[in-house]
Amino acid sequence: MASAKPRIKVPKSAVKGEVVEIKTLISHKMETGLRKDKDGQVIPRQIINKFTCTFNDKVVFSADWHPAISANPYMAFHIRATESGKLEFTWHDDNGETYSKSANLAVS
Amino acid sequence: MTRKISTARVTRRHVLVLTGAAAAVAGTGFLPSIAAADKAALDAAIKKTIGDANVQSGRITLDLPQIAENGNTVPIGVEVDSPMTANDYVKSVHIFAEGNPNPQVASLHFTPASGAAKASTRMRLLKTQNVVAVAEMSDGSVYRETVEVKVTIGGCGG
Amino acid sequence: MTTERKCRMQAKQVFGVVAATAALAGFSSVAHTDGDWGKYQVGDLRSGYTYAEPETRAIQDDDFENPAMLTLDYGAELWSAKDGEANKSCADCHGDAAKSMKGVGARYPVYYQPWGKLINVELRINECREKFMKAKPYKYESNEMLGMSAFVKYQSRDMPVNVDIGGPSKDFFLKGKEFYFQRRGQLDMACKHCHEDNAGNMIRANLLSQGHSNGFPTYRLKWQKVGSLHRRIRGCNSQVRATPYDYGSDEYVNLELYLAWRGRGLPVESPSVRN
Repeated sequence: MASAKPRIKVPKSAVKGEVVEIKTLISHKMETGLRKDKDGQVIPRQIINKFTCTFNDKVVFSADWHPAISANPYMAFHIRATESGKLEFTWHDDNGETYSKSANLAVS
Repeated sequence: MTRKISTARVTRRHVLVLTGAAAAVAGTGFLPSIAAADKAALDAAIKKTIGDANVQSGRITLDLPQIAENGNTVPIGVEVDSPMTANDYVKSVHIFAEGNPNPQVASLHFTPASGAAKASTRMRLLKTQNVVAVAEMSDGSVYRETVEVKVTIGGCGG
Repeated sequence: MTTERKCRMQAKQVFGVVAATAALAGFSSVAHTDGDWGKYQVGDLRSGYTYAEPETRAIQDDDFENPAMLTLDYGAELWSAKDGEANKSCADCHGDAAKSMKGVGARYPVYYQPWGKLINVELRINECREKFMKAKPYKYESNEMLGMSAFVKYQSRDMPVNVDIGGPSKDFFLKGKEFYFQRRGQLDMACKHCHEDNAGNMIRANLLSQGHSNGFPTYRLKWQKVGSLHRRIRGCNSQVRATPYDYGSDEYVNLELYLAWRGRGLPVESPSVRN
């Protein structure tokens, strides 16, 4: 796969004040930098080192990841549904690339 | 993962000795000297993260398998008891693995908008070891919880 | 602590003793807690799912949490992507995979007239690519092939494995069966020594399953990615210190038919999650 592919699971709607679970998964090797290849050369570290979730442009949850996070990182967390709006998810790769995905949450 | 490297290099005799030790559910790593070094590295990593704050116990629930089938993918859930209001919330939960080459695993940063200080992910554990969660509250107080996870060294997984 | 957990701990203690004395291939028996495995058990046949730890099963139980779905999504994208000199996609001929591919994962491998031998899903995908799309074949263990084969087999999710071993398939089936019972490698072991005689017992620190093929391609925790049935068989062959056959080799495709027949009735679980 050319580039990391994210998946997100967000409820389409929520009742005002409800705390809802958000699940995320992204394809990534999370190369630790501790492995060696067949010739004994260290395979350079390349991980996703930061994950951020914003709701209407305000950070609601973020995480710093180290090489001990498993390949194809999974992250589930919660947000309190206060108003309808847009959730944006961003993953930051060691190589400078960012991967993103967004979803709308309707609050009634 | 490093495990792959180490198993590729050890002899068959080592494999038997190592797996025997792990399988006997010895609990505390393979060699006392390495375990001690792990603990020092863990303490240093925690200190670097939270400084000299007074660490209390309680409020954290860690959901971890008692025995992890494979150290590559160990599910971890963490929950901290907190009202998660603007004045009283969990700022961060730092996760450490005492027996990994680098004890840092992840830092999870919550906000009052999180609603609940509850999250889950999957991590790598090199061997049987303690997993530690340290929670920083908005009032500056710090809590800590430790859970031991036994990591299976595979028969056909080697 | 659940009963099952206790059971596993004892198993490991038992194993410790065995390992101390053991030959590399030492088995130790375990009192196994039989649960109600629902669709994952058919008569005496038990899917590899039933041999996995609860945490591993939980990852498979929720399609969202199953990392194999990332690979499958990629396969789904490729399904409708035009490729090759013919500038065709799979969808151009086969339309909606949910309809056209339904059942394929349950009945393959099949006898393929133009070759005069068996063909499995992976080889069939490449046959289409070369013959009709005029495209380069996928490498057997590439993300493209794993994604596409997972996507195709997924369309038969929960259908019972039901392969045809009669007619022109019969000779190939018998060859596959012979392979299964043939000792090989420096450890001089056949498939059956682990997966028939010792299913449910520990081999060192792992619980041996019945070795069914209904969950492949699978997300294997050890691999940290999706892999094919042939990759798994190659691993088994290496572990008995035998030289593995090639991906997609006649030997493995014949064996694949035997394995499918052996696990007939189990539901297609592709893409599953295993240790």
